[in-house]
Amino acid sequence: MAKRIEVSGLNVYYGDFKAVEDVSMTIEPRSVTAFIGPSGCGKSTYLRTLNRMHEVIPGARVEGKVLLDQQDLYATGVDPVAVRRVVGMVFQRPNPFPTMSIFDNVASGLKLNGVKDRKKLTQVVEESLQGANLWNEVKDRLDKPGAGLSGGQQQRLCIARAIAVEPEVILMDEPCSALDPISTLAIEDLIEKLKDRFTVVIVTHNMQQAARVSDQTAFFNLAATGKPGRLIEMGPTKQIFSNPTEKATEDYITGRFG
Amino acid sequence: MSSPDGTEPPGRPAGPEPKIEDLVDETGPALRFDALAEETDDDGRRTGGTAVATKDDSKKELALGPVGHLGDRLFSGLAHGSGAVVILIVAFVGVFLLALAIPALADNNSNFLFSRVWEPGGAEPRFGIAALFYTTLISSVIAMVIAVPIAIGVALFVTYYAPRRIATPVAHAVDLLAAVPSIVYGLWGALFFAPILLPVINGLSSALGWIPVFDKAPGDNVGVIFTVSVVLAIMILPVVTAISREIFAQTPISHREGALALGATRWEMVRMAVLPYGRSGVVSASMLGLGRALGETVAVMIILTVPNGNDPWDPSIFAGGETFASKIANNAAEFDSPEKTGAFIAAGLVLFVVTFLVNSAARLIVARSAPGAKRPRRNRRAGATEGASA
Repeated sequence: MAKRIEVSGLNVYYGDFKAVEDVSMTIEPRSVTAFIGPSGCGKSTYLRTLNRMHEVIPGARVEGKVLLDQQDLYATGVDPVAVRRVVGMVFQRPNPFPTMSIFDNVASGLKLNGVKDRKKLTQVVEESLQGANLWNEVKDRLDKPGAGLSGGQQQRLCIARAIAVEPEVILMDEPCSALDPISTLAIEDLIEKLKDRFTVVIVTHNMQQAARVSDQTAFFNLAATGKPGRLIEMGPTKQIFSNPTEKATEDYITGRFG
Repeated sequence: MSSPDGTEPPGRPAGPEPKIEDLVDETGPALRFDALAEETDDDGRRTGGTAVATKDDSKKELALGPVGHLGDRLFSGLAHGSGAVVILIVAFVGVFLLALAIPALADNNSNFLFSRVWEPGGAEPRFGIAALFYTTLISSVIAMVIAVPIAIGVALFVTYYAPRRIATPVAHAVDLLAAVPSIVYGLWGALFFAPILLPVINGLSSALGWIPVFDKAPGDNVGVIFTVSVVLAIMILPVVTAISREIFAQTPISHREGALALGATRWEMVRMAVLPYGRSGVVSASMLGLGRALGETVAVMIILTVPNGNDPWDPSIFAGGETFASKIANNAAEFDSPEKTGAFIAAGLVLFVVTFLVNSAARLIVARSAPGAKRPRRNRRAGATEGASA
């Protein structure tokens, strides 16, 4: 259910502009890895290359290797659609399908995979909603639109939708930045639970959040404005926050940045 | 001022960049402030405007009045006036149609709504709109059935499939169709396109001829309702495409990414995110197209052959006929007596009402199912249940 990600020598370009330069890292299965760094340093861009979602942006391209248990996601003959079924994603703003009910939102990924059996769908929807700590709040109104939930509930609905297709990896791009502290806490508890089954990678601007939820932390930074973002340092979260190797990391996490 | 996301345009000249303040600090905006200052300040202060003036001199009383500037009053009057004029025009058209139609309708010796006879002149005028209504409606509906799927396809192709260098010319080409005058469509349809359609007409009628609507009289008449429908479809294609394209392009990126991140293919993304979002827009676009098809005159008049005889009624779409508009236009020379004129105006009134109803239906559907309009209501309901269960 969870796989190791090995990235080596990854460059990301938008057209001629190099956005991310020479990133290499290993992400262990069944762990939570947090990406921190200032805005515009390429951490979200880099996150998207892990399931090829960057290809939605015109002109974006990648050099280098991303191995998911030894399989290169960028090898010829690899379908980005298939990659995204294995590596799921949760976005900054909750984005349930507005015209679909709560049930249909969670079932949408399964339906894409051709699951039609109502019994199976009902079962997976319940499991996924329970897995996303949302079942008790919505079990009486599964036929109501997902857009009628609160922001935090919508985000957990999106997580339920992502885990319903049983991916190997779940990518989260600042999943709590649009949520209030209580909803954020609910999501953080959920991330703790998800790592028993999935490899979780989370981008966050909230350093307390990174410290609370992650096992490994990677710090990204820009050499200068207009220069590509780079991976400065990666290590166990405890070490990064207590005893970082690089001066830039220390400056950033202690708020002395810039 | 280089941007980290690389959007800086290339080839900007080196050296100090022009400061935005330098550009703004010209006479243009300052003059506007002058005008404001003159309206509110009477002491001849020329520069600075009210905001700066009051900040400079705190002892001076703030210039907070008087209420109602001249320009504001003028514009308000203009806006109200324009609104009133539009309503007046619509009302006058309606009153004109009614006033001229009612005497003729009172003299009518047959059922106006259900009779197919059209003999408005003479001592015993008899006329009804059943045949006109049928021909108008079926030609327009067939046009819509042909045009809407093509329009949706073109709109999706332009917004989500084609690379930009192909999409733009295709979009322009479709828009260009709207610029062709309807007389040209009429000539082109009657002289060039109708003969090409003959094999299609023959094929359809021989396959489906057992249904009365597809039954075809012998002969090579191509000036039939079906031909008109195809030409009408081409004519309404641009408007339906343009509106659908706009609404599809507005689908929020978050909805599309949500679908793609689940492993949706492009078509699945369109089905899950784009089509549900754009549904109401497509419906209203189709209704606008239908409205245009219903009222189209010249092209229909040129293409459609007028059947002869006393009651030349033929429900087939492979027969000639007359729509409201083409009937009126064909007989414009006959408007010699008030009775006859009144009959034609009554027909025009029905067309007016039908078009009005179609447009109202479109508005109703859009208001009901627009992405913005629907959800707040459901939200309230969902919120209420949430509150009750909590």
